[in-house]
Amino acid sequence: MLQRLRENKSAQGTLLALPTTAWLFVLLIIPLILTLVVSFGRRSPDGNVIYAFSFDNYIRLFGYSTDCPDGQASCFDPLYVNILGRSLSLAFNTTLLVITLAYPLAYFIARAHPKQRNMYLFMVLIPLWTNFVIRVYAWMMLLRKEGAINIILGWVMNALNIPFTPLEMLYTPGAVLVGMVYEFLPFMILPIYTSLEKIDASLYEAAADLGANSVKTFLRVTLPLSMPGVVAGTILVFIPVMGTFIVSDILGGRQVILVGNLIQRQFLDARDPTFGSAASLILMIMTLIVTYFYTRKFGFGEEIVVA
Amino acid sequence: MNPFRRSPFVIAATILVYFFLYAPIAGLILYSFNASRTNVTFEGFISAYSENVVMDGSLVKSSPCGPFHWYCDLAKNDDVTEAAGNTLTIAFTATIIATIIGTMAALALQRYNFKLKPFSQLSLYIPIVIPEIVMGIGILTLFSQFFGWANETFNLTGDARLSLGIVTVTMSHIAFMVPFVTLVVQARLQGFDKSYEEAAMDLGANEWITFRRVTFPMILPGIMSGALLAFTLSLDDFVITFFTNGPGSTTLPIYVYGLLRRIITPQVNALSTVWILVVFTAVLLLQILQNRESKQRS
Repeated sequence: MLQRLRENKSAQGTLLALPTTAWLFVLLIIPLILTLVVSFGRRSPDGNVIYAFSFDNYIRLFGYSTDCPDGQASCFDPLYVNILGRSLSLAFNTTLLVITLAYPLAYFIARAHPKQRNMYLFMVLIPLWTNFVIRVYAWMMLLRKEGAINIILGWVMNALNIPFTPLEMLYTPGAVLVGMVYEFLPFMILPIYTSLEKIDASLYEAAADLGANSVKTFLRVTLPLSMPGVVAGTILVFIPVMGTFIVSDILGGRQVILVGNLIQRQFLDARDPTFGSAASLILMIMTLIVTYFYTRKFGFGEEIVVA
Repeated sequence: MNPFRRSPFVIAATILVYFFLYAPIAGLILYSFNASRTNVTFEGFISAYSENVVMDGSLVKSSPCGPFHWYCDLAKNDDVTEAAGNTLTIAFTATIIATIIGTMAALALQRYNFKLKPFSQLSLYIPIVIPEIVMGIGILTLFSQFFGWANETFNLTGDARLSLGIVTVTMSHIAFMVPFVTLVVQARLQGFDKSYEEAAMDLGANEWITFRRVTFPMILPGIMSGALLAFTLSLDDFVITFFTNGPGSTTLPIYVYGLLRRIITPQVNALSTVWILVVFTAVLLLQILQNRESKQRS
């Protein structure tokens, strides 16, 4: 038996990979299949799942409603469609802002003296390794009416003799956007840095020898060669932003409801796991579609693993 | 052209981004010394020491620990100690298991051909391309349906009843950690010259000795960085833990989240500060160790 295993390379490979593959199959693939099955079911009065085959949850998610104002049998209720749209646009805006902030910093680090690069990268990682929830809390303190931003604005306005009433920043869409940008910024800096660092310095010299100025060199050499990093970073930022519910929960209060909050509430407060499952599958399909088209257009960098 | 030259625009943007990254953390730390219990505005430091805590309304006038009042308060909080214990237990257990099985899978995917290979490789990308909340509710559904069925079928009662807890959290953590370990070790294996292994075999070493004396030492740095990545992912995880924890398996992130929805005292800031310091020290030590190792090699 052992002798035969020693000679059978294929069986050895299967055995080595088996624990991981089985683990992922049971705890990632089966749950996804289960979510699909549950999403076609109905909620029982005590919040359990009645297995069925109905599209009711999906129809409801896309606006079909039987709870109408003028006694109609059915009407369009944009509540959930709006939530999906808001999550998508927030994820796009966050990703764009994060790229804008991350690129110059990544460029700075990649162009720093090799001895200093590690220190600069380390400085990017420190905030990343303070816990996710703690970082949201830090912004909650800053954005409050009595928080540091309002205090500093008050001093500035006072010095300029302009009357100032503290701004209501917490529990607004802007607060959620800032929180998301802060949470995911390091995930963009690292892959962009990795792809910038790989660029051969002789390419810059060649561009300069051929008469390109620094702007042209950046646009024609640096930017195209760093695209794999931007693509990897976008995937690392866009997907989690689509599904996060803590940032909107704490910085958005009850004002900014994203699809993540919708799903979480179906599983905990509203207790309709079937509707929550449908919403989470739609969320997954939306992120897969965006990722698919995006990576098909720009390619898929290996930078994703580095970060 | 000097390759290290950077334009003033880039430098200004860099300073701004670093400020953006660190200002919230600085604020967080400052407020951990706040004399005000309600922690809404900063009411100065607690300057006096006294045998017992002296309060004036919501202000702490003096404390046995002086300015570090909230840190002492934190140390006395049993919930925090329990949550910290849970967090570390889960992170260590999950990291050890994920590192072992993840490394095995990396070897299989890089060195062997087998029928299951495309499926194994593809399944590694699931946690990267699917939002965490989708995995979280999926795993929750699996556990709750399975536990409901098992408890009913086998008539389990009392302590024997299956329920969410530290085991379900650890199992779920392993599921999202393994792919990262495998991908990191695979990357290391890719950049490694196979002729060392062939030389060992030519010199009469069997497969096991070749692995132990040649392959393993060479991929060890990859395994270590994979394990470190997995460990930090586990410490930081909120979403998966949120859906898979049960009574008695609260982790620190879950505990902090719970506090944020109730009354927040500077104790939360003290907890955050301790967390930041611990992580900072750990990462700094690792960085120094790595630097020393790379210097020894060259």
